Amino acid sequence: MTATLEVADLTIVRDADEARIVDGLSFALGPGEVLGVVGESGSGKSTVALGLLAFARPGARIAGGRVVIDGVDLLALRGGELRDARRRLAAYVAQDPATALNPALALRTQLLESLDGPPAENLDRIRRVLRTVGLPADDAFLRRKPRQLSGGQQQRIAIAMAVVARPRVIVLDEPTTGLDVSTQAKVLALVKQLCADEGIAAIYVSHDLAVVADVADRVIVMYGGELVELVPTDALLGAPRHPYSRALLAAVPSARERQVLHPIRGRAPGVGERDAGCVFRARCDFATDACLERPPLEAEPGGRLVRCVRADEVQRLTRITRVADRPERPGLVCRPAVLEAEGIDAHYGERQVLFNVSLELEPGRCLAVVGESGSGKSTLSRCLIGLHEQYEGRLRLDGEELPLTARARPAAARRELQYVFQNPFGSLNPRRTVGSSIAAALRLFGSDGRRTGAVVAEALERVEISARLAERYPAELSGGQRQRVAIARALACEPKVLLCDEVTSALDVSVQASVIELLRGLIDEGLAMLFVTHDLAIVRSIADSVVVLSEGHVVERGETAAVLDRPSHPYTQGLLADTLELPALAG
Amino acid sequence: MAVELLAAPAPSRSTRRARAVALAVAQGVGTLLVVSLLIFLVTQAMPGDVARVVLGTRATPETLATLREQLGLDRPIWEQYGTWLWGVLRGDFGTSLVNGMPVSELLAGRIRNSLTLSVVAMLIMLPISLLVGIVAAQRRDRAFDQGFLGTSIVVNATPEFVTGTVLIALLGTTVFHLLPPVSFIPPGDSPLAHPEAMVLPVLTLVVSGVMYLGRLVRIAFIDAMSSEYVQTARLKGLGTPRILARHALPNALGPVIPAASLVAAYTVGGVVVVEYLFAFPGIGAALVEAVNNRDLPVIQAIVLLIAATYYVLNLVADLLAGGEPQGR
Ligand code: SF4
Repeated sequence: MTATLEVADLTIVRDADEARIVDGLSFALGPGEVLGVVGESGSGKSTVALGLLAFARPGARIAGGRVVIDGVDLLALRGGELRDARRRLAAYVAQDPATALNPALALRTQLLESLDGPPAENLDRIRRVLRTVGLPADDAFLRRKPRQLSGGQQQRIAIAMAVVARPRVIVLDEPTTGLDVSTQAKVLALVKQLCADEGIAAIYVSHDLAVVADVADRVIVMYGGELVELVPTDALLGAPRHPYSRALLAAVPSARERQVLHPIRGRAPGVGERDAGCVFRARCDFATDACLERPPLEAEPGGRLVRCVRADEVQRLTRITRVADRPERPGLVCRPAVLEAEGIDAHYGERQVLFNVSLELEPGRCLAVVGESGSGKSTLSRCLIGLHEQYEGRLRLDGEELPLTARARPAAARRELQYVFQNPFGSLNPRRTVGSSIAAALRLFGSDGRRTGAVVAEALERVEISARLAERYPAELSGGQRQRVAIARALACEPKVLLCDEVTSALDVSVQASVIELLRGLIDEGLAMLFVTHDLAIVRSIADSVVVLSEGHVVERGETAAVLDRPSHPYTQGLLADTLELPALAG
Repeated sequence: MAVELLAAPAPSRSTRRARAVALAVAQGVGTLLVVSLLIFLVTQAMPGDVARVVLGTRATPETLATLREQLGLDRPIWEQYGTWLWGVLRGDFGTSLVNGMPVSELLAGRIRNSLTLSVVAMLIMLPISLLVGIVAAQRRDRAFDQGFLGTSIVVNATPEFVTGTVLIALLGTTVFHLLPPVSFIPPGDSPLAHPEAMVLPVLTLVVSGVMYLGRLVRIAFIDAMSSEYVQTARLKGLGTPRILARHALPNALGPVIPAASLVAAYTVGGVVVVEYLFAFPGIGAALVEAVNNRDLPVIQAIVLLIAATYYVLNLVADLLAGGEPQGR
């Protein structure tokens, strides 16, 4: 099989200091093949994606290597030749179509402009491609602007735009990350079908192992700008060899089984922080002196490449412990509910977004509120913490009537009901050290001034953040650390109920695992937690019971195991069917 | 499947829009009413007895009283305001106290001159601002850009009065004697028939306008060019000219167009100053004369006119800004 795409020694550096963002990446890809690239933030995977089209973002520069498509080295081309190659040979699909499509131009213009030749013929081709991606192809549709489409439709347009010129290679950078699972499933099926039918070689970049496992034939695992393992997808899932690949797999939650998640300790090295040794050394449980030198990429049987000097021992010595089950907790409620909501009806203007929603939460338990975008789950959490004003219903906290809006609530009630959001910047003041942010929250509820220092230190310790970090500003912390500090800030107020709204969706899987484990520990200590999320796998790992929201209605509720094993409502069934799973591991 | 995914276009968009426009217009009418009242009161409170101004110092008390009665000055102020407002609503701004001509007739020529001046200035200002802004954005942080930014900060901090004076010194009197420092346009002639009289006033307005608007264009273009859709366009293999014209321009114009209407509103204010400076026979100069002569009806008419224009241009800017201009 002759390769459609051959990448050799692709190196991309930061302009300012020549530090390597991507370090000597090589691989080859045949027609119709889908190659997944997985890695966490900072792994350099998005830089690779753009580099394959001979493009580097401002501040970065392609320093060397070759990207050969059909015999043409894109990195050697300039000006008109390069533009020509980008039109004919390679195409790119960005993560967020809402920003990647031009809001001011009609779809027709954006689809036509990369095609040479007479418009009439090109329009025929465009209509065919639009039908293939499952969109209308009439003139009225082509006259639309991107914002008149839904998110899923926009991404289909972006994919249509990429394949319309019949490229040999298509690079997709997290194309389904912003989409609901049902839309994601459709887009993934489309990508697979297009590559098979049109013989396009695809690079699929994602942080989500389950997505890559679903779509890719082979997978590159990237860490710190390096390829650490290149492996057929089945082999990666069945018998990962590199310690990082193994750790990554152990951190992924499953919607089918309730598991203890295994975070990876420490954090990924930033650009310019890498030394001469193995790039994963600082976080690797198997590191020895032999790892002080950069390990070579060893070719193994089955077309596999692994960059680890101890791969054999690692695989012999350890089993992946993903299937370490977390016991389900007894469904019997013996304690009275600490938070009750009854008949919540919420509106935005004239539109009703929540219909008669009720829920109960007992101490020491976690109730998950699940739904896709538009289900009303965020409105519900805003109602509960009193930020949404337009709603009716009854709330009780610890048996006492809770006024609906935060303004009307007594300080004690506000202290007892704390919340953490997806973006920790929302609750942490960027101009304050994290320690003083926590202290400020304490003062708000009139805590004893002399004890503040001790309480702050204690709260930070509970979230496993060193008290030294109290002097830092939020911007100096990593995403996971910031989220922990936000949790610490909430904990310092000694809440009875903690409301977490999508707290892990901006985090990498390894960090997500650590936050989930942290929260699970707090629940076991007796905290009542309301966990709002779109991700069923996380629900399975953390929640004891679950409420499924669809278009503002509760469509299903019950113990987590019962709902996820035997969903009774078609909406829940669909949601589960579309949630991607890693196949069970052999070890 | 595809059909169910179709996002329905919001049905009530145009209705909501119409309602917003109606509200804005109603607010505007209200504002102008208040303004008219203020103008009336302020001009009435100006020092000096109108009848004495008209008749001169040697007028007898009897003639003064007769004139006051003729002009309605002896009636209560609310009644005077009502009469005036009623006239204004019918397009009758009264008669000049100085020469007895109807104000509207007196001002017609002046308005045309001022309008010509503003429109010509805007027509020159807009393309130049666009060009300068785009070039500066494309050469961001290089010599042209830095030079432009530096100059624009200085010029925008300088009142038009000073800018104009410097230009007179440079082109009209001290350094080069290229252009007349005073814009003489015979009454009844169109200013377009005397281009040499237009150059300096127009130039003064254009320089200030370009320095402000050009900077907005520059920022809007820098934003657009660093956006993801421009990255998409590059990755699609499009050339820079097409990216600039088709991809960046429509989006960059979004924030610039309302700003341009604001600049137009400021230009109206600038016109008054510039006209006075160059003795250009427009409403600005007319206003200054009328103030000197205590010619109340003329003052009231001009101020109301300027306020109305200013208001309308602001309204247009608001509507353009709120109305998703790139959707046209
Ligand atoms: S080379 Fe050493 S440090 Fe690197 S992954 Fe292998 S065992 Fe760990």
